[in-house]
Amino acid sequence: MEPKIVAFCCKWCSSAGADLAGTSRMKYPPNIRIIRVMCSGRIEPSYILHALELGADGVIITGCHLGDCHYIAGNEQAKKRVEMTTELLETMGIDPRRLRLEWISASEGARFASVMTDFVEEIKELGHSPLGGVS
Amino acid sequence: MEQTEPRIGVFVCHCGVNIGGFVDVPDVVRYVKTLPNVVHADRNLYTCADDGLAAIRDAIKERDLNRVIVASCTPRTHAPLFKRTCEEAGLNKYLFEFVNIREHCSWVHMKEPEKATEKAKMLIAMGVAKAALLEPQEEERVPVEPKALVLGGGVAGMTAALSLANQGFETYLVEKEDKLGGFVRNLDTLYQTGKDALESITPLIDKVTANKNIHILTSSTLKDVEGYIGNYEVTMAGNGGETVAKVGAIIVATGAEEYKPAGLYGYGEYENVVTLKEFERMEKEKTLPATKSVAFIQCAGARGQVLEYCSRICCTNAIKSAMKLVGTEAPETLPEAGRVGRRRRRKAVASAPPEVEVTIFNRGITTYGVEHELMYNNARGMGIRFVKYTPENPPEVSREGDRLVISYHNETLKTDQTMSPDLIVLSTPLVQIPEAEELSKMLKVPLGRDKFFFEAHVKLRPLDFATDGIYLCGTAHAPVFIDEAIYQAYGAASRASIPLANGYVQAEAITAVVDEERCIGCGSCVDICPYHAIELSEKEVILEEITLATRKSSVNPAVCKGCGTCVVTCPVGAITQRNFTTPQITAAIKVFGGVPVSLGVS
Ligand SMILES: Cc1cc2nc3c(=O)[nH]c(=O)nc-3n(C[C@H](O)[C@H](O)[C@H](O)COP(=O)(O)OP(=O)(O)OC[C@H]3O[C@@H](n4cnc5c(N)ncnc54)[C@H](O)[C@@H]3O)c2cc1C
Ligand code: FES
Repeated sequence: MEPKIVAFCCKWCSSAGADLAGTSRMKYPPNIRIIRVMCSGRIEPSYILHALELGADGVIITGCHLGDCHYIAGNEQAKKRVEMTTELLETMGIDPRRLRLEWISASEGARFASVMTDFVEEIKELGHSPLGGVS
Repeated sequence: MEQTEPRIGVFVCHCGVNIGGFVDVPDVVRYVKTLPNVVHADRNLYTCADDGLAAIRDAIKERDLNRVIVASCTPRTHAPLFKRTCEEAGLNKYLFEFVNIREHCSWVHMKEPEKATEKAKMLIAMGVAKAALLEPQEEERVPVEPKALVLGGGVAGMTAALSLANQGFETYLVEKEDKLGGFVRNLDTLYQTGKDALESITPLIDKVTANKNIHILTSSTLKDVEGYIGNYEVTMAGNGGETVAKVGAIIVATGAEEYKPAGLYGYGEYENVVTLKEFERMEKEKTLPATKSVAFIQCAGARGQVLEYCSRICCTNAIKSAMKLVGTEAPETLPEAGRVGRRRRRKAVASAPPEVEVTIFNRGITTYGVEHELMYNNARGMGIRFVKYTPENPPEVSREGDRLVISYHNETLKTDQTMSPDLIVLSTPLVQIPEAEELSKMLKVPLGRDKFFFEAHVKLRPLDFATDGIYLCGTAHAPVFIDEAIYQAYGAASRASIPLANGYVQAEAITAVVDEERCIGCGSCVDICPYHAIELSEKEVILEEITLATRKSSVNPAVCKGCGTCVVTCPVGAITQRNFTTPQITAAIKVFGGVPVSLGVS
């Protein structure tokens, strides 16, 4: 099974971490589709639900480490919102492991690759999302 | 809002073999041509080369493109170049979208070319969906008041103020003490000249005092700050009352203090246990008691004992003081680097034992850089004893009768020993000043994990704060020597002079915008904005002849940095982030989910 995964990355840390994974020629599974926003605090819970509803098997939100957000504390907002969305997923009967939040700095290319590899593995174990998707 | 049909041009880059070697670029281009709204798709060997850029310009004109996508490397490097190219062909740069198929695709999936090709197609399709919804944006131009405020009159602050003043900018230099000079006023002589500390900085103080462009406010501090880059309104308060000024830029050079190691190694309990700064003052004021034996203990309260970090300059400072005790001045001019160290040592060891016995207890000496290492070498050569300890087993200080006693485990000899020095000097880390917390709130600039002021980017913007128009230098940022504080001060002054010299600043048009009609005036956005860029104001709304007083929020585009967190917070969806709108982001999600793109962009 090849899971479909959306990764939301903030411009400042985590997508720079993804860049570094690239410049260092690290490998991770090609299932991830990155959507870049300025800050993890820009991610609306509805985007997560939307992605799951449209066929994502997993959604991963990545931002700067706590205390390092380029916008001071956007990632703390992201944390609250992801916690809230996780509860919502649980009540909807969706395995909350399909939603993950990770902090990845601009210097953590290796961590970006390992987090993505790990997430893809986990989603493979969970199988396709019960929500299916339109296509 | 532009209502014309999107006409998107997509340029897929081979990047030599970097992309083309792993992603089937011709196949990607064939696919991209089938995407809705794409009227032009092509590939280049190097899109960033002159012919690649010319191809973009030509296509914009010939194919009447109103959106451009480049699918190549990270936007970090070439986004400005491609945006400029679009503008040269008359296309607003906010109608450009970047898709990264190198770092995020070809380079990480080199072993799976087919899947990499599929991924590249999908990433571009998502970019196309977003691009169709892009709108042209105008960047706001905000005028800049060509004046500056420098907070802190130590070496760093004075240097920065002088540099700005010499460039012609009127500068306020605010110092909380009654004299300029800062921490150096505590010091006796300076490493690495061996000259009197105060005398060394007197020429700087004189130049600052004589400069007509500098307004010095001593015994004063910052009381209030309003505004944003180019337009800060600062209130400075001191003996002479309050001074209010408008400045375009602010430099924070508030320095640091020495950590007081209460409860460690008998400090505060026994006489003759002092800190390095107290020792320097005693030397300077000639109140140092006659000593036969002095022990320095490095990393007192640092590196996990109380505070987490290494203060970086104390090893060199302690060695400077130790060398003076032993009686030989640090060499005036540095010996030629390289082989010199060892030869010197041999010579020195042969000379008579020092009159004052000096022991430096340490966890490994941090004398970074060639000169500092040479000094360390010289110190060993002069007979100063360096005794290593581990954090698990630090030396213990007690008193027997009127003698101080240090019991320690000699890591090198693996034996327990004691010694009885006349004086114990504790090398403690520099720490943030107590009022930093308040300053950080007032200026809206962060403090880092170790409570020092925290730069915008540790590698790429070390002298800027993330808040535009505020810069930092000196020990307010981290422990540094005077020379380093001075480089930083020149750097910070030069960073600050960019907006001051330009006379205006331009804000990236990714800011939040409030739809007043939808806004219910709840104020959630005001509370959540990390930059205080949003304001609620009273507005009158006329509803069928009834006038209602309501509150509406509005975003100041000069202050907003475009994080977008207010957009998420707004309960009624009244806020939009330009260039990152919800329809744009969801269009990409829809394409990802396989919703036909025509639906995705409706
Ligand atoms: C024991 C010791 C020995 C040292 N020996 C050497 C040496 O030999 N050679 C060397 O190169 N370096 C030495 N240093 C380092 C040197 O002291 C620093 O590099 C230097 O002081 C840094 O200058 P600064 O301007 O950044 O900070 P500071 O010198 O600390 O100046 C900061 C100024 O800001 C003022 N201030 C703070 N808050 C406010 C406020 N809210 N409003 C207004 N003003 C404010 C302070 O009063 C102070 O005057 C030594 C340091 C120590 C601790
Ligand atoms: S900018 Fe990275 S999480 Fe806010």
